[in-house]
Amino acid sequence: MKVPGLLTGLAVTLRHLLRRSTTRQYPEVEPELPPRSRGVIALHADNCTSCMLCARECPDWCIYIDSHKEPGADGGKAHNELDRFAIDFSLCMYCGICIEVCPFDALFWAPTFAYSAYDVVELTHERDVLGTWLDAVPEPARAPIDATAAEAGAMVPDPMAVAAGRVPASRSGAAPEPVRAP
Amino acid sequence: MAIVLDIGIRLAAVFVAFLTLPLIVGQMEHKGMAHMQSRLGPMHAGGFHGWAQLVADGVKFAQKEYVVPAGADRTIFGLAPAVALLPYLLVLLVIPLGPGLVGLDLGIGLFFVLAVLGVGVLGSVMAGWASANKYALLGGMRSAAQLMAYELPLVLSAASVAMAAGTLSLTGIIGAWSPWWLLAQGTGAVIFFIAGLAELHRPPFDMPVADAEIIMGPYTEYTGLRFAFFLLAEYAGIVVICGLTTVLFLGGWRGPFLDEQLGWLWTLLKVFALAFVVIWLRSSYPRLRADQLQRLAWQVLVPLALAQLALTGVLKVAVS
Repeated sequence: MKVPGLLTGLAVTLRHLLRRSTTRQYPEVEPELPPRSRGVIALHADNCTSCMLCARECPDWCIYIDSHKEPGADGGKAHNELDRFAIDFSLCMYCGICIEVCPFDALFWAPTFAYSAYDVVELTHERDVLGTWLDAVPEPARAPIDATAAEAGAMVPDPMAVAAGRVPASRSGAAPEPVRAP
Repeated sequence: MAIVLDIGIRLAAVFVAFLTLPLIVGQMEHKGMAHMQSRLGPMHAGGFHGWAQLVADGVKFAQKEYVVPAGADRTIFGLAPAVALLPYLLVLLVIPLGPGLVGLDLGIGLFFVLAVLGVGVLGSVMAGWASANKYALLGGMRSAAQLMAYELPLVLSAASVAMAAGTLSLTGIIGAWSPWWLLAQGTGAVIFFIAGLAELHRPPFDMPVADAEIIMGPYTEYTGLRFAFFLLAEYAGIVVICGLTTVLFLGGWRGPFLDEQLGWLWTLLKVFALAFVVIWLRSSYPRLRADQLQRLAWQVLVPLALAQLALTGVLKVAVS
């Protein structure tokens, strides 16, 4: 007879009956995601120099960048002016290589995930939409940890980056690895 | 005139019970099985925890087209759901709910119940044969084999109760019941319950409708309301088998106190507790194979039922 095994089976189902079920009521109850969830890629267009590194490293070739060279005012230094920056999320496989490779911190992971569409064409998002997701990007956790060090003057944001306007004032914590002052 | 009114009220009450109790059991299965699998089950229909899910299912079934396969025996195909469903309605008529609360107090109640219960299985055999579908035929044959195997322990364990009570009347059996029966007839109760589950094709005895092997067995070709009748028959069958187990082995309306006033409550509590066990078994155990099914019936249940019958006989002689 296999009676002990049969009783164990009954005990397992009874235990699950008495336990809280794991179902999440998604549309009614928003999920509590970890703050660094990789939901969508946000663009800080002001930081972008149209260097094309992200577009070239992208395994799916789903980043579209158009730009032109703008001569500097009064014969100053010329710079690249971004005309179009779009990510096709129907192709994107969320590998995050573009974010890793961006040397100017123009791309960020945002936890927003509810941007499905009825047509694949609508999944190609232009720079204005990519920019709106920037609000959802959490502030870096590093800033408060280093706060005491920063107060002591040991740590300062990269002055070059701030001068070039690549680092927004509100987002200075997300700047490239701060240079330790000698 | 008063008699006609009395009969009318009793019939109406049985019919209402026939339509509501299976739905309550069905909803209990939806929710209970879901939670046993760490799910929530239906949550939307009706607003509060999906209480109207089965009503919504019924509306959906009623809207569907009635399709008959080209090669099917139309008459038998159309009759089968009624043959599967009606016996349970007839059995419900004689199951007592409380003292005096019975549709029809039949002197040979137990005999009637056992005879009519066997007819219900014929519905799935008819459906399997008439569908002109090999899966349906396989399911029908499995259903027939299962009926042959499990009818015997069912009848033997019921006979043991009849012998102990000295009557075939269901109300008489409840009257003769004593708490000692839980001990003396315990084996018979388990055998009766298991054999009843097998008659209903409930998991783990759902080989005739094994959806992973033969789609839906005899019900493969059925659509719409007729398919819903087969489903209703299954849940009505649960109510009937649990009700019979309650009446025969658990003392029916006899509870800890106020049997006269609260008898119906004790009966319903016992029936739903047993229905919960049916659901519990379904979500706990895998399906039995054909050979395991036959071995359980002939090598375990039938000898045990015969031993129970002998024990009851010895006790009857020893006590009197």
